[in-house]
Amino acid sequence: MYPSRFNYESPKTLADAIALLDSGAGETKVLAGGQSLVPMMKLRFAFPGTVVDINNIPNLNYHRFDSDGTLRIGALCRHEDLEHSDVIAKGQPTIAAAAPLVADPIVRTRGTFVGSLCHADPQGDWAAVMIALGGRVVVQGPKGKREIAMKDFVLGPFQTALEFNEIAIEAVIPAPAGQARGGYLKLERRVGDFATASVAVALEITGGKVVRAGIAMAGVGGKTIDATDAASSLVGQALTEANIATVAAAVAAVAEPRSDHRGSSDYKRQIIRTFVTRILTSIANSTKKAA
Amino acid sequence: MTSLYEEISTPPAGDVPVRRVTINVNGQARTVDVEPRLLLAHLIRQGLKLTGTHTGCDTTNCGACTVLFDGRPIKSCTMFAVQADGHKVETVESLASASELHPIQEGFKEKHGLQCGFCTPGMMMAAKALLERNLNPTEDEIRWAISGNLCRCTGYQNIVKAILWAAEKMRAESK
Ligand SMILES: Cc1cc2nc3c(=O)[nH]c(=O)nc-3n(C[C@H](O)[C@H](O)[C@H](O)COP(=O)(O)OP(=O)(O)OC[C@H]3O[C@@H](n4cnc5c(N)ncnc54)[C@H](O)[C@@H]3O)c2cc1C
Repeated sequence: MYPSRFNYESPKTLADAIALLDSGAGETKVLAGGQSLVPMMKLRFAFPGTVVDINNIPNLNYHRFDSDGTLRIGALCRHEDLEHSDVIAKGQPTIAAAAPLVADPIVRTRGTFVGSLCHADPQGDWAAVMIALGGRVVVQGPKGKREIAMKDFVLGPFQTALEFNEIAIEAVIPAPAGQARGGYLKLERRVGDFATASVAVALEITGGKVVRAGIAMAGVGGKTIDATDAASSLVGQALTEANIATVAAAVAAVAEPRSDHRGSSDYKRQIIRTFVTRILTSIANSTKKAA
Repeated sequence: MTSLYEEISTPPAGDVPVRRVTINVNGQARTVDVEPRLLLAHLIRQGLKLTGTHTGCDTTNCGACTVLFDGRPIKSCTMFAVQADGHKVETVESLASASELHPIQEGFKEKHGLQCGFCTPGMMMAAKALLERNLNPTEDEIRWAISGNLCRCTGYQNIVKAILWAAEKMRAESK
């Protein structure tokens, strides 16, 4: 399989890349890790006239915490950079738990965190993580930069709020109030498959009490499902067996799973409930130990 | 050398943009003219005639086309050859020297780590990437590291044993 013909550009600066998109009138596509775009071009689901490869633009491959605890992930930060990162292992448990479960280890050497968000696959893992964390995407176009909350970034399956002449340059995860605690669990039929059901949990805990609870799901609906409202009863509380059970049931109730070859809708709902219980229970146990 | 889709497509019309790129392949600088849509796997196989790299599924799933790109494993069916300009590519042909097999190859031989052999080049390159970072992997770490490479014959048991064997030999050699 090979894609239809296209022009290839490899700009050395962000400004040049944006100028190329701007002059491309919507026929131009950004190439980051290529782990979704190249397969789509080979299958001829995508046939851009021009491909703008951003891999030669310096200073986009980073992930770092600001002094106030804000996490910034640059457009060329690969899945595996997050998987093997000490600062992520120490400071951002939801991302640390999800990174080894995205795609397969070889796809992870190329695919990017930000590229996944831009691809906007409704079953993508990072979108669920970003929703749970209340993240934002920084995009840059000819008129400058703007920030878009993750919940407003994805407009539908494979559709984002990006204009044709904008590049997503960074994902931002706000500094947690207190301690960041969380996890990610994903049921997949085999490595590299999309989630049968997955749950991202991101809590912020101060003085043993939850001050923010973000939960989102993939695989159990036509889009990433934000269950933060269902988790809101945790705010102001310490985690207990009883409130964990209540929230696990509430989150499972807002899932919209469909029966398919990966399992029945009841089964998937049950998985969600089990995953939420497991993640919250493990946070409760380790919080107790720390106290 | 012009390496286009000569064997699988019509010759390019006059207006097809062709790029001259220089790629370090197995330690040798290779300068080639490529059409942007040429995939790295096809350049390696048809252009450079290094047919050790296999293309299996052609949909980024199977990992038979795994090569090292600046030392990290990638699926070469999922990168355009133009993107490799100025980079270092290692294929399975880089493993053996004129007189000696690489310990990973020896391991696959000793432990019967292949049956039909189709996935083997990709498996070995994934193994090389693992062992370059971790010369003392557990069985579990090996299984994770090759989880992007599919084998339909062996059930993986002997592949895992082969990589354990290679790791042991490489540890002994590095002492
Ligand atoms: C075998 C396989 C299994 C996979 N399994 C999973 C999985 O389990 N879970 C999962 O979440 N994903 C999975 N993926 C997808 C993978 O995570 C991709 O890496 C990811 O979806 C896209 O990131 P990328 O950097 O490769 O983007 P690309 O493929 O380069 O681009 C994807 C799209 O986003 C646009 N884009 C990319 N970066 C930018 C940017 N900075 N600004 C503007 N637009 C941009 C491109 O124009 C394109 O439309 C899998 C992929 C494969 C091949």
